[in-house]
Amino acid sequence: MSPLVGTLVIKGGHLIDPAAGVDGLKDLVLRDGRVAEIVAPGKAKLANGAEVIDATGLTVAPGLVDIHVHLREPGQGHKETIATGTRAAAAGGFTAVAAMPNTTPTNDSPEITRWMQAPERGASVRVFPIGAATRALKGEVLNDYAALKAAGAVAVTDDGHPILKDNIMREVLLNATRNGLSVIQHAEDTRVTQGASMNAGMVAFRLGLRGMPPEAEYGLVERDIRLVTELVHAGVGKAGAQPHLHVAHTSTAQAVAAVRQARRNGLRVTCEVAPHHFLLTEEHVGWYDTHAKMNPPLRSAADRDAMIQGILDGVVDAIATDHAPHAVHEKEVEFERAPNGITGLETALGLSLRWLHHEWKMPLGRVLSLLSAQPAALLNLKGRGTLTVGSYADVVVFDPKAEWTFHARDSKSKSKNTPFDGWGMLGKVRWTISEGRVVFRSESEVW
Amino acid sequence: MTVIPALSRRILTHPALPANPFPYSAGSVLSVADLTLEDVSQILALATELERENPLERDKRLAKRKIALLFYESSTRTRTSFELAAKALGVDTTLVSSLSSSIEKGETLKDTGLTLRALGAEAIILRHPNSGAPWLLERETRLPVLNAGDGMHEHPSQGLLDLRTMLNHLRPGVETVAADTLAGVTVTICGDILHSRVARSNMLLLPRLGARVVLCGPAALLPEVAAQAAPGVEIERDFGRAMERSQIVMMLRIQAERLAGLQLDLEEYKAGYQLSVERLAAHAPGALAMHPGPIIRGLEITAEVADGPRSLILEQVHHGVAIRMALVLRALTLGEKEAAR
Repeated sequence: MSPLVGTLVIKGGHLIDPAAGVDGLKDLVLRDGRVAEIVAPGKAKLANGAEVIDATGLTVAPGLVDIHVHLREPGQGHKETIATGTRAAAAGGFTAVAAMPNTTPTNDSPEITRWMQAPERGASVRVFPIGAATRALKGEVLNDYAALKAAGAVAVTDDGHPILKDNIMREVLLNATRNGLSVIQHAEDTRVTQGASMNAGMVAFRLGLRGMPPEAEYGLVERDIRLVTELVHAGVGKAGAQPHLHVAHTSTAQAVAAVRQARRNGLRVTCEVAPHHFLLTEEHVGWYDTHAKMNPPLRSAADRDAMIQGILDGVVDAIATDHAPHAVHEKEVEFERAPNGITGLETALGLSLRWLHHEWKMPLGRVLSLLSAQPAALLNLKGRGTLTVGSYADVVVFDPKAEWTFHARDSKSKSKNTPFDGWGMLGKVRWTISEGRVVFRSESEVW
Repeated sequence: MTVIPALSRRILTHPALPANPFPYSAGSVLSVADLTLEDVSQILALATELERENPLERDKRLAKRKIALLFYESSTRTRTSFELAAKALGVDTTLVSSLSSSIEKGETLKDTGLTLRALGAEAIILRHPNSGAPWLLERETRLPVLNAGDGMHEHPSQGLLDLRTMLNHLRPGVETVAADTLAGVTVTICGDILHSRVARSNMLLLPRLGARVVLCGPAALLPEVAAQAAPGVEIERDFGRAMERSQIVMMLRIQAERLAGLQLDLEEYKAGYQLSVERLAAHAPGALAMHPGPIIRGLEITAEVADGPRSLILEQVHHGVAIRMALVLRALTLGEKEAAR
């Protein structure tokens, strides 16, 4: 990173670094984009010209990591750009985001992968591209994983266009494993979800909308787990890395159960849950609110409760937002015609602290781990998600007691499509530091 | 990777469900669920009052007021009766249909609605293939919107005219309805329930007046979940058994345009669910046959039943004009009343 980054001292704060087992008052010295020292309060030697952040009363934690965002570039700049999307990330406390490949054109090449990471994109935080698993996300021809990885891709997926053919998915898993890449699957059997715009069930019937049955999700998760099992039995990964299947935005109780069972069987199968899936249900579609339309859809209350349970008991490996910006005019249409997706980068921390920590009593360190250390580990993002000496100086400083109301109009994202407009949040980001540079500073901060 | 076994901790608190901000205009009718029984009674009384009124006097009620009929789907009964109803009150109507307007050029529902408002429309009557479209139109235009059928969702004016037809026969003279007005009455709705907005409006409205609604049809057209749509609704797959309990048998057309690839064996369907003279005589000789139209003679209903003495089909059509006069008058005057308060 830029050698011009000087020294930044964050003093007086309560440092929580779950991966390192740190939970106490510490001063943090950041130098040249890395964590230089962690010292007892007041012990930091202040070199000339060092910038100082007074974090008294605040929590200092590893910058958050979101492994599922749509930054819409290249090609869909009217929804979001890498610059605006990463500004939203910084405002939400995120310092690393993994960007999905369903751009225009699709990110299925080293050229686009590099283009997304180029300084000209003006990213506020680190962007890790995820490459397309198959050419143009068509589920037919595999891309060159070695080349994608060399260009900086951290995983492969056909997100939004699930790989239905068994033989192709087997090949994807095999090739990704050989190249040390994770395979992320958006689990949806699109053969049974044609024309559907919400979860199948009573609410869909009442609203006269076609529904996506839960089995469209968990059926494909079970199929993928079977393929991983077969590969492992065939000896794949015996010598080196095991095949890694990561299930994106899990939304059904059965999918979480399938992941739980796969883990018991010793497989490297992981999953993430989005805040909207542990907070909202199909009832939040309300009166055709297109801000409650996403894929996978909001499910039943029992599914929502299973997401909470899975997070609390540890089977869920990460919270990921599936930040999916869409322009106002695209969502101001008939429900069935509206695109899927909502924004999420600026509400993930506030909602997680408000609900997982405050309401459901999950320890703060575990919540932060789900938002940083664990997702970083899933995609093998070295030096991220922790603040040990030598790690990247990716830091979030937030007020854990601050209650505030999120207003979509204040969002840094280019799009405002969120169901959480007007919702109460807990925990306000004061500073976000990406590789030693302050990339967000709360405007309401009293100086 | 170790997994801690599932806890059985109970989650007690959850985020609140959203509140219903609709309808924004007091005169809108988007769903029968938005109408209180008092509203329904007023609409029924107003329908009768307007029907009996001297047409020359009635013509002055809403003279030179403007209403747009915005139709994204074809329609005979609903469109004509709304138009006749509005004109009978002196309203200037204009019909905008998807095939002869800028909708063909890609104009959105929001922009079409705002354009009609700018042209002076004081209310919009909307027929649309997407469920929920009237909610979007009402929110964006803030005009009174009358839902003339949205996708597979609702058709509230049909529900009201069906109610008026039933009351006429089963509770003659009754216009003020209450939670027990139809106590003891069972209505079978048979056929393509899944795709039917008429079924949804009827099954939401009739049980609130004490009626039982029995849904009948094959699983492909009547999912089990339909029984949970409202209290007082149940499923009986055997048409004969359903009929034996019923005073009203309402037949529905198979909506070929919404089947979305679903294959049906029509001969099998007719054998199980067609309303024939023989079936009526065997299971419910005293029952009355209803159908919202269009009917497909020889499929869900035979010509003999449709044209026979137990058929209320044309009577339903007739009640449509009176009910829609009441809805149009309400749409253009209720907002004003609310504002005057």
